[in-house]
Amino acid sequence: MTVILAFLALVALVAGLWLSQQRLASKPWLETGIAPLAGHGPGRAPGFIFIAVFLAVAGGLFAMLGSAFVMQIEETPWELVPLPGRVWLNTALLLLASLFLQFVVISARAGTTRWLRASLIAASVATLAFLAGQVQVWIALTASGYRLEGAPAASFFYLITGLHGLHVLGGIIALGAVCLRHAGAGDVRALLPGVRACALYWHALLAFWLMLFALLQGWGNAFLALCRAAVS
Amino acid sequence: MVDRGSDDRMQLPPREVADVMPPHAHSWIGKYVFSQDAKYIAIQYSGTAVAIGLVALVMSWLMRLQLGFPGTFDFITAEAYYQFVTMHGMIMVIYLLTAIFLGGFGNYLIPLMVGARDMVFPFVNMLSYWVYLLAVLVLVASFFVPGGPTGAGWTLYPPQAVLSGTPGGAQSGIILMLVSLILFIIGFTMGGLNYAVTVLQARTRGMTMMRLPLTVWGIFTATVMALLAFPALFVACVMMLFDRLLGTSFFMPTLVELGEKLSYGGGSPIAFQHLFWFFGHPEVYIVALPAFGIVSDLIAVHARKNVFGYRMMVWAIVIIGALSFIVWAHHMYVSGMHPWFGFFFATTTLIIAIPTAIKVYNWVLTLWKGDIHLTIPMLFALGFIVTFVNGGLTGLFLGNVVVDVPLSDTMFVVAHFHMVMGVAPIMVIFGAIYHWYPKMTGRMLNEAMGQIHFWVTFIGAYAVFFPMHYVGLVGVPRRYFEIGEPEFLTAPVDGLNAFISSAALIVGAVQVLFLFNIFWSLRHGRKAGGNPWRAASLEWHTPETPPRHGNWNELPDVYRWAYDYSVPGAPEDYLAQNDPWVPDGEERRL
Repeated sequence: MTVILAFLALVALVAGLWLSQQRLASKPWLETGIAPLAGHGPGRAPGFIFIAVFLAVAGGLFAMLGSAFVMQIEETPWELVPLPGRVWLNTALLLLASLFLQFVVISARAGTTRWLRASLIAASVATLAFLAGQVQVWIALTASGYRLEGAPAASFFYLITGLHGLHVLGGIIALGAVCLRHAGAGDVRALLPGVRACALYWHALLAFWLMLFALLQGWGNAFLALCRAAVS
Repeated sequence: MVDRGSDDRMQLPPREVADVMPPHAHSWIGKYVFSQDAKYIAIQYSGTAVAIGLVALVMSWLMRLQLGFPGTFDFITAEAYYQFVTMHGMIMVIYLLTAIFLGGFGNYLIPLMVGARDMVFPFVNMLSYWVYLLAVLVLVASFFVPGGPTGAGWTLYPPQAVLSGTPGGAQSGIILMLVSLILFIIGFTMGGLNYAVTVLQARTRGMTMMRLPLTVWGIFTATVMALLAFPALFVACVMMLFDRLLGTSFFMPTLVELGEKLSYGGGSPIAFQHLFWFFGHPEVYIVALPAFGIVSDLIAVHARKNVFGYRMMVWAIVIIGALSFIVWAHHMYVSGMHPWFGFFFATTTLIIAIPTAIKVYNWVLTLWKGDIHLTIPMLFALGFIVTFVNGGLTGLFLGNVVVDVPLSDTMFVVAHFHMVMGVAPIMVIFGAIYHWYPKMTGRMLNEAMGQIHFWVTFIGAYAVFFPMHYVGLVGVPRRYFEIGEPEFLTAPVDGLNAFISSAALIVGAVQVLFLFNIFWSLRHGRKAGGNPWRAASLEWHTPETPPRHGNWNELPDVYRWAYDYSVPGAPEDYLAQNDPWVPDGEERRL
């Protein structure tokens, strides 16, 4: 359960930082009058906070899967699935999508349309190519004999990539909805809250994928073994 | 609604949150069926939770009939008994307690108590209820499929949960249970995101986090915990569903069933236990923290005292929430863990007793020298404190590895968790309903029926669960359909079992009186007015009772915390949160 505990420690850190701004040491029984609220501002629209909290939930989900994966390898050692080179390309595509989407945010914030549309299209295409690439990896692995109902390592690969892919697909749909809603708006700044939330989502899904990719490669177990050796 | 100190309005700082009126449905279906108003969604959640809870109550009767009078009722077979055990446990913990505390009280109270017009995302909130209802319907459907519902026990441990020897294991029962749980988690996540974001982002002007009523702190912290804990159950359910339907072996080791080798192999059943309890233990506090918060508010209002140690109460809620994520393996002491792990988890388990004890002391100190009104909500709050302390004390036994091992899987454990997680939170639910029913309907619940309901429930619950501890101590194992009189029992338990079962039937029956009171008082209850308990928190100061769509004419401004009772020199014995009053000659202090 190391992975989920590490993730929750990260969440606890963020929560602790937020709580530290909430005047937890104040004495409300002595106070009267209107006190200012902490944690409100232009960058913290409810939609953005909604996505941030949702990402904590999704992160918990993937960390849980990671924990189960590491735990089972330790208990019942299996051979890891040899991942095809295409997975590296897919990872690069997701990274590109994330970068392009950040560029969309920068353009929307500046109110310039020059590169915004191209970046948006590039981000969408890179994301769809990532999904198509993952399906291609599935097909290749199945053809090589690594079936879903086969060894648990293969089952984990399909489950983890499938759930991650579903989250990416959900992101694409949400991004499409954001763009459609503001398609006719004259000022591209209207896009900003939506694309900022989408960019955060993409960055987080990239981070989750990098973590899961490392675990599927077996690096997580190697790292944990190293930690244990250092501690003992 | 308070209207004092209009001079202050000239100096108000700008609002941090925009005042947006949520969409208002005008059709009957839009208003009452597919409602996006959190207050109606709360009632939908509560109604559904109580309805499915009644099914679980009937199953507990059937279990007790078998245990108290074995061999008397032919229709209670061993298979059916295990199905009752499983469905009773799962329904009570997930579909009743979690749903009513977060979906019911969360929806009704959060927007009103933080001074918001509604939840931040009303449409998602509506979807949350309908997905929850779908989860309940899928669960109920399992009663009508061949083989019936699963009888794997509420923990659904593999590999037995998906094997043919378990009721519903080789048929659809386990599949429907897993699908229902997955749906529940999806539905809850939609609602939970709403509750969290509403508390974070929709508080009205002046409502700082440290002015929130403890009810909101409890529900908010429990929501955050649930959002982080439910993914563990989600992952476990999806993986087991894959094992059952697609032939994977996540939790399935190499197995021989009825002399035939199964196709499974290489999986780890213990991994499921870790995932399940990583959700399962926080779940105890997902139910308990809202109860803690609500009880704090009930005691303050009905004892006319400010909450003793508000800051410590808030810190204790947060600390309990955090610690509850590192104690899960105390449910697995007998699973063969390393002794050092046992030591670690016993230590963390006992450490949780410290913030919990702080809360109990603070409740008692809030009552100390208070103007205690023994209203029905207060009776239930007092019943909760006593019961929670009793359940907590037996938790200290079970938290220690050496004491837990011999008591593991005995009726002592059943008695412990029913006291702490069954009776105690249900006392709070009843107290909260008696307390907020006047706000929801404009009428008071009938007092005489309430008194009967409380005393029979309280005494009856002790008649059921106190002797059950003894039954466990003499060695009666749990999950046994029929035990007879084995030699390892140190005392006979037949008479005691019959007594417990009779008490359980009476306690269950009196809940019908409570339901009757709910419906009878809708029409015949005494008119309540806007604030019958003279409470200070915002929900009692809406311009109309019951609050209409959007809750407020103009969003309220908050000048103080929620517990200004018996303030010297104040015009009344309480000061509403939106009351700008200050004593003559004094200035505002921040």
